[in-house]
Amino acid sequence: MGWITKLFGDKKNSGSVAKSRLQMVLSHDRTDITPGMMAAIKDDIISVLAQHLSIEADQVEVNLDQSGTESRLVAHIPLPSTRRR
Amino acid sequence: MKLGKVITITSGKGGVGKTTLTANLSAALASIGRKVVAIDTDIGLRNLDVVMGLENRIVYDLVDVIEGRCRLKQAMIKDKRVNSLYMIPAAQTRDKMSISPTDMVLVCDQLREEMDYILIDSPAGIERGFQNALAPSDQVLIVTNPEVSAVRDADRIIGLVDAAEKGPAQLLVNRLKPEMVARGDMLSINDIVEILAVDVLGIIPEDESILISSNRGTPLTLDNGHMPRARIAVQNVARRIEGESVPFIDLTAREGLLSKVKGWFGG
Ligand SMILES: Nc1ncnc2c1ncn2[C@@H]1O[C@H](COP(=O)(O)OP(=O)(O)OP(=O)(O)O)[C@@H](O)[C@H]1O
Ligand SMILES: [Mg+2]
Repeated sequence: MGWITKLFGDKKNSGSVAKSRLQMVLSHDRTDITPGMMAAIKDDIISVLAQHLSIEADQVEVNLDQSGTESRLVAHIPLPSTRRR
Repeated sequence: MKLGKVITITSGKGGVGKTTLTANLSAALASIGRKVVAIDTDIGLRNLDVVMGLENRIVYDLVDVIEGRCRLKQAMIKDKRVNSLYMIPAAQTRDKMSISPTDMVLVCDQLREEMDYILIDSPAGIERGFQNALAPSDQVLIVTNPEVSAVRDADRIIGLVDAAEKGPAQLLVNRLKPEMVARGDMLSINDIVEILAVDVLGIIPEDESILISSNRGTPLTLDNGHMPRARIAVQNVARRIEGESVPFIDLTAREGLLSKVKGWFGG
């Protein structure tokens, strides 16, 4: 795989970069949720969960997801690997 | 008595081609025998007159009409190159607040009685000038270019048009470069439609003949003998406005190198 990406370059076409950046910026515009609010929401989720679980804060992701004109908040919270007791 | 249709041509981002398309679309509609008046509502930044090549014939402007210094007829400049094409210029030395949305509704209601189409060249943005251009509108065309900032601003305008119950707006995608779309370096029409969830009424390619026609003050659709792609694209928009269903010139496919390479490898 390595030599192929080296040969052809692993840069995405700027058209598809434009498309995903546009989707991202519009999901913020349309919901009126700024990237700053997203960061605050994520921090709050982490601190609430930390009262009950031990989670790894740097693994948590909270994203705005856009499909068509519908937006949703998607949180990805991996739990630490459970040991058999 | 006629009952003309008011078509507003607007955009969020400036410089995307509103004035150019208003001039060319007005001329295209007049060329197929419709009575058309184009109104420049970009008060303080008058442009439509020079793009249409009528700048030397201005006596009165839109603000003169609204403030009662002349009759509506006196501010309508008749284009001598085609039957039944008129233009009402913006005032150059006033600002957007000298006109209200109600004024625009009154002026347009008068024009509806004589004209088939009233095309309004709106200023960019979401402020008073946009509100003025939107108030009398029956059909809203939003001009955008295939780039992130212009499409983003178009999304905002689509929302405002809906909120004002003037929707659904339709899109004119201007300055598309098919070669760039083909090599994956430009947003495609499909991308834009998917993201904005709105109907496309026209796709106008980047074409230097547009600039040449603005230099001369001769709308492409009045320049007999020349048939550049952009002219055909604008004429197709005029026919769609007339209710005809005209297929798009095929500029839309994104046939990247990658898919060709895959094809060769049978992928
Ligand atoms: N399809 C095209 N191909 C090439 N050049 C174009 C095309 N459409 C517009 N232009 C050029 O883009 C420039 C801006 O166009 P125009 O003045 O119509 O934009 P506008 O949206 O009215 O701007 P403003 O927001 O300032 O009113 C002009 O120089 C024009 O000639
Ligand atoms: Mg303009």
